[in-house]
Amino acid sequence: MTDLLRFITCGSVDDGKSTLIGRLLHDLGQLADDQLDALDSDSRAHGTRGAERDFALLFDGLTAEREQGITIDVAYRFFSSDKRAFIVADCPGHEQYTRNMVTGASTADLAVILLDATRGVLTQTRRHAFLCHLLGIRRFILAVTKMDLAGFAQDEFDRHVADFTAFAATLGLGEVTAIPVSGVGGDNVARRSAAMPWYAGPTLAEQLDTVTVDSATGGPLLLPVQGAIRPDRSFRGVTGLIAGGSLAPGDAVRILPGDVRTTVAQVLIGAAPVDAATAGQSVILTFADEVDCTRGDVIVAANDPPAVADQFEATLVWMDSDALLPGRGYWLKLGTQSVSATVQPPKYRIDVNSLDQLAARTLELNEIGVAEVYTDRPIVFTPYADNRTLGGFILIDKLTNATVAAGMIHFALRRSSNLHWQALDISREAHARIKGQRPRILWFTGLSGAGKSTIANLVEKKLHALGRHTFLLDGDNIRHGLNRDLGFTEADRIENIRRIGEVARLMADAGLIVLTAFISPFRAERELVRGLCAPGEFVEIHIDTPLAEAEARDPKGLYAKARAGELANFTGIDSPYEAPDAPELRIDTSAMSAEQAAQAIVDFIERG
Amino acid sequence: MALATLDRLEAEAIHIIREVAAECAAPVMLYSIGKDSSVMLHLAQKAFAPAQPPFPLLHVDTTWKFRDMYALRDRAVAASGMQLIVHRNPEAVARGINPFDHGPLHTDMWKTEGLKQALGAGGFDAAFGGARRDEEKSRAKERILSVRSAAHGWDPRRQRPELWNCYNARLSPGESLRVFPLSNWTELDVWTYIQRENIAVVPLYFAAPRPTVVRDGVILMVDDDRFRLADGEQVETRTVRFRTLGCYPLSGALESDATTLDAIIAEMRASRSSERQGRAIDHDSAGSMERKKREGYF
Repeated sequence: MTDLLRFITCGSVDDGKSTLIGRLLHDLGQLADDQLDALDSDSRAHGTRGAERDFALLFDGLTAEREQGITIDVAYRFFSSDKRAFIVADCPGHEQYTRNMVTGASTADLAVILLDATRGVLTQTRRHAFLCHLLGIRRFILAVTKMDLAGFAQDEFDRHVADFTAFAATLGLGEVTAIPVSGVGGDNVARRSAAMPWYAGPTLAEQLDTVTVDSATGGPLLLPVQGAIRPDRSFRGVTGLIAGGSLAPGDAVRILPGDVRTTVAQVLIGAAPVDAATAGQSVILTFADEVDCTRGDVIVAANDPPAVADQFEATLVWMDSDALLPGRGYWLKLGTQSVSATVQPPKYRIDVNSLDQLAARTLELNEIGVAEVYTDRPIVFTPYADNRTLGGFILIDKLTNATVAAGMIHFALRRSSNLHWQALDISREAHARIKGQRPRILWFTGLSGAGKSTIANLVEKKLHALGRHTFLLDGDNIRHGLNRDLGFTEADRIENIRRIGEVARLMADAGLIVLTAFISPFRAERELVRGLCAPGEFVEIHIDTPLAEAEARDPKGLYAKARAGELANFTGIDSPYEAPDAPELRIDTSAMSAEQAAQAIVDFIERG
Repeated sequence: MALATLDRLEAEAIHIIREVAAECAAPVMLYSIGKDSSVMLHLAQKAFAPAQPPFPLLHVDTTWKFRDMYALRDRAVAASGMQLIVHRNPEAVARGINPFDHGPLHTDMWKTEGLKQALGAGGFDAAFGGARRDEEKSRAKERILSVRSAAHGWDPRRQRPELWNCYNARLSPGESLRVFPLSNWTELDVWTYIQRENIAVVPLYFAAPRPTVVRDGVILMVDDDRFRLADGEQVETRTVRFRTLGCYPLSGALESDATTLDAIIAEMRASRSSERQGRAIDHDSAGSMERKKREGYF
């Protein structure tokens, strides 16, 4: 049985990365004749080496890559020796593709960092070593390439290795093996170089074959639950890929975050029971007790549980062209847990070239920073250094569904476990009961001039007449008091809505029916408030008026000002309005009067 | 001890299938009857045992597959107990689109358009496919979860970063996913796994005497009487097998004596040619697979 080594190759543009890997595959006899024929014809058409075979063209398969002679995205290559199977993530060198490099590094056990002997340690060399280190790679091969152009000279090699080693020490990089190679000539790639008799170490192929890599099997059990399996009443199992440790029937385990204790009855792979399973295996488990265990739970060793918290510090790699918006709600996925999360303003960002910590208010595409992350409910995690699966997460934009960031957790914040909700003797249910009503937040959203305040005011009057306890929060009024420190930038608008959401929820806790009338232009923030509320409590009411109609009404003269350029960031003019996808109520003001609209809303509320 | 290659690949594929089944509203598994499909179906069954996989199988049929393939399809599906949806592009049926008269249009109408129709008709938001990254250069650059636009197009420059084994399966309205659980498998991995797990595959992968014609240097099998002989062409019996299977007039055979899995694996280890050399549709022009994928091909 062979084992599998996943590695990444990285280096600067034009340092011969593709040439080196192409040479390695060729000399190991891994390239088929028809692939070589195609390569030779490609080399004649697009190559940069005249009539010679240009191994770089083996990998750049996309049309745009061939046209521009650059690598756009990670390419995965497969080869094997007698001892091992290999998966190589061949990563682009350009700075703007940092996110692709991080993608490739996230699944690698080892990194081959290329260093051009004619140029020495470059900024890119440092960046890539840093990124690999950040992603948790602990084994490195430093391939000093183009030794043929450096006269195969030992002192050149030694000088570069000394430079790199000095830098590696500042990073705390793991084990580094330096090898002098030439991709063009194949020196020390798969066969020993006659031109460098002074080098006694392994060839690249030998090192890849023999390097030992820490497996993730050590440490306590960590098993994120993917789902439940219940074909009939006789079988109840849960599924998942073991992320750390191992597992056998009879083991005592805890199910987090609920902290239920039970014992493993059976471990199966497919339909076959096994004596034990270890990290990296996909299993099905049954328990000795009828316990509740569903997707998002984590099964852990009874005596060594990881953290359960809703606040932690993490390193973030920002991967989207839209910058990080501190305070905005993003989906956070960690293992099989999906929650809503907000990121605090970064403590600093890291200059990947100098490794300096710089002040930052946000993170732009390809920037890396450290920030606190708050989740809307406690999640189960470990520090990234302990386990990649339970310590690494992605952030997803709620509107575009793009993966916008990769995160690596440092530690839980202490206040996360020390700050408890004050237990109150008079519960929110008790407050509601004495008022004889179901608390609600009626969240009116729509363009300026759509009629939100007018209709909300009528609704409140009608509810009041029915003996309901209500309160109306109005946008302008709040901005005169609670939120007078906020402006109209995107970030301030998000904070405005967040505070109003919190206030509205406190009032609902007091048993009131709360009405809010704010433009609240971003879907993500409205969803954030919805997430604060009990199911059914948040009633989103879209006062739907076409822009042209609202602008024609212009009750406060604001559209005229915005059109005249006297008012920036005005919703509908130079700032977007994101209409609700599925509001509880949609009021078409061109089809009904304000009075009819208010009655429709009251009817909806009174129905329950 | 580190896990062996096949165990790691199996665990990863099962993980992917379960993640997508948990997070997507309406997944479907493409079943094209080849060796990769056979392995993928087996993995799906292992992922949810002893329950059924929570999605149906879909065969986008061109009507031009080998007869042996249709026979295996019906046997394998019956054995699995899963639902099979067979879709044939009605326009291609009506126009009699075939590989002899219509060239690249054959693939476009039956496979690309047929697939889009079938996914739309079923309201599927994720489709598992058995493609592997070692097959072709543009595949090597594709994510395991590949987002396709409402028009089913693939944009290689706008792929989501894909970290660890943490997959983002969220979609905007109209978008869908192509999911490749076998992304990190090689052809040899597929065969050694078929051997280890004793998975049934189409007999055409094993050498046997078959009626053949050599056309443009490619050995084609005359599978039924729809095959049109050109002037001077003779049907001859040759002992051949197939490395990949598609529409029979487009699949090149190789002369071989490999009648067992051991012999197939030994032959492949010694082979000096790549898997898809015999596939006519891959050689239309440089970058043709990338172009097909941009248009919605699997």
